Amino acid sequence: MPSSAAESPPAAGYVYYRHTLPVRLMHWVNVVALTVLLMSGLQIFNAHPALYWGKSSYTGVPPLLEVAAMQKSTGDVIGVTRVFGREFDTTGIFGVSRDRDGEMSARGFPWWATIPDNQWLSMGRAWHFFFAWIFFLNGLAYVLYGIGSRHLARDLAPAGSDWRGIGRSVVDHLRFRHATGEAATRYNVLQKLAYLVVIFGVLPLVLLMGLAMSPWMNSVWPGWVDVVGGRQSARTIHFVCAWLLVAFVLVHVFQVIVTGFWNNLRSMLTGRYRVSAEARHDR
Amino acid sequence: MTDDLTRDRRRFLTRALGAAGAFLLAGCNRLSQTEWFPQILAYGETASAAASRLVASRASMAQEFTPADLSPQFRANGTANPNSAAYQALLANRFADYRLDVGGLVAKPVSLSLAELRALPARTQITRHDCVEGWSAIGKWKGAKLAALLDTVQPRPQARYVAFYCADPMAADGTDLYYESIDLEDAYHPQTILAYELNDAALPVANGAPIRLRVERQLGYKHAKYVMRIELVASFDQIAGGKGGYWEDQGYQWFAGI
Repeated sequence: MPSSAAESPPAAGYVYYRHTLPVRLMHWVNVVALTVLLMSGLQIFNAHPALYWGKSSYTGVPPLLEVAAMQKSTGDVIGVTRVFGREFDTTGIFGVSRDRDGEMSARGFPWWATIPDNQWLSMGRAWHFFFAWIFFLNGLAYVLYGIGSRHLARDLAPAGSDWRGIGRSVVDHLRFRHATGEAATRYNVLQKLAYLVVIFGVLPLVLLMGLAMSPWMNSVWPGWVDVVGGRQSARTIHFVCAWLLVAFVLVHVFQVIVTGFWNNLRSMLTGRYRVSAEARHDR
Repeated sequence: MTDDLTRDRRRFLTRALGAAGAFLLAGCNRLSQTEWFPQILAYGETASAAASRLVASRASMAQEFTPADLSPQFRANGTANPNSAAYQALLANRFADYRLDVGGLVAKPVSLSLAELRALPARTQITRHDCVEGWSAIGKWKGAKLAALLDTVQPRPQARYVAFYCADPMAADGTDLYYESIDLEDAYHPQTILAYELNDAALPVANGAPIRLRVERQLGYKHAKYVMRIELVASFDQIAGGKGGYWEDQGYQWFAGI
C-alpha cells in the first residue's frame, strides 16, 4: 500500500507506511486459510487419488492423473503416478510413502502434506469447508475494502506508464534488478498483474470449481458445470488451481526473500517499509 | 563472510519454515482429536447447508443426462453383497418374499411386495452419482416415487424425517446395519425415488437390490442400498448413533449436498 511520498524523503533513506492494518490482517488470514485448504484438500484428494476430464469418472477413458500403490512381481509394493498415460515410480512420495511411524503405506500424498495427517476423510472435509468460509469471507472483505479504500485502484491497477514499461519490467525481473528508492514504494507492473490474476482470476476460479463439485449447487442451474466440461473436469481444475496458487506463493516468497526479507516481512507485520538511501543512485 | 551470512540466513529460514510447518501440522492433528474443535468446524457445515438452501430452492432439480453420458459400468461401492442370513435368504428366492415395511408416524402403515412397489407411480432418470470420495458415475435409474408412497401412508403432522433401514451389516460380526435419513422436503422431491432398475435391468445386488434410495442433489452415502424398512420420525436422535445415518455417526455431514 504505497502512500504518497511526495514530501521529499530524507537523503539517508526513510521508513514509510506501506500496508494498512486491514490489508495486513487479511493477508495473514489468507495465509492460514489457504494453507489449511491446500492440506485438507490433499486429504480429500487422497480418498480417491485420480483426476478425470468430463461429466463422470467412468467414461471408458482412463484418468488424466492417477496415483496408486502397485505390487511388483518381486512382491515389493511401489508407489506409481500415471500422468497422461505415462507411468512414473514415485515410491516415497506419491502412492506409497512412509507414515508417521516410518512404515511404508499406501497413500496418495504423504502424511506430512495432509490435514489431518492420517487418512480421515470426514475430518479433512470438516477442516476444508470451515476454512473455505474463512477464505471466502476474508476475500470478500478484501475486495470490498480494496474498492472502498481505493487500494485496488491506487496500488494494483496498472497505470498507463506501467503498460508502457512492461518490456523493461520483464528485463529487470530476468536480471534480478529490483526497484529501489522511490520506485520501491510502488508495485511494479508484473507484480501488479500477478496479484490481479491471482485475486480476480485463480482465487475466484478455485472457489467456483469447489462449488461446481457440490451436487446441490449443481441444481441451482442444472447443467452449469458443463461450461467447464462437467463435474469431474471441475474437480481437475480445482486441483490445478490449488497448485497454481502454490506456484504463486513460491515465486512470491522467493521475491520477498531476494528483495529484502526482513524489510518485506516487517512491512506485512507492522506496515513499515524502509526505503534505502544509497540504492536511490541506481536509477 | 557475506556468503556465510547468507547461508546462515538461508539455513535459519529453512529450519524456521520446517519448524513452523511441523508445529502447524501437529497442532491440526491435536485439534482434530479434541472434543471442542470439530464442533467449531461443524459451524462450517451449518453455514454451508444454510447457504445451499438459500441459493438452490428445495425443489431445484438435479441435472439429468443423455444415454450417451452413461458410464459403461456403474461403479458399486461399499457393501457388494450383504453378509446376513436374512438377506441371503431373500436373495436365494430372488426377492419373492421381500416386503418393504413403511411405518412410524403415519396414518396407514403398509407392507409392500416388489410387485406392489413397481405398481406405484414411477420415474426414470439419468443422473450423476457423486461419491464423497470424489468420483462420479452416471446411471439410468427407474423407481417408485417416494412422494407417491408417502401419499399412500399419509405421514402424521409430527413426522419430519424419513429413515431408511437397510439389510447390509457394516460390522464384520453382522451387526451395525446401514441406515440413512432425509427430511420431508427431500422425500417429496420429484427426483427422489426407490430405484428397482439400473440401466434398464433389475437393480444388481452390488448396487443395492432389490431397492435403493435415489436422493439426487446429495452425495452417494445418502443413497441407502438394500432398503428393508422405512420409518417416518420426528427426530433421529434415538436411532443408532443419533446423527441420522451410518456415515453421519462416523463424522460425515448429515446434509450431504457438498
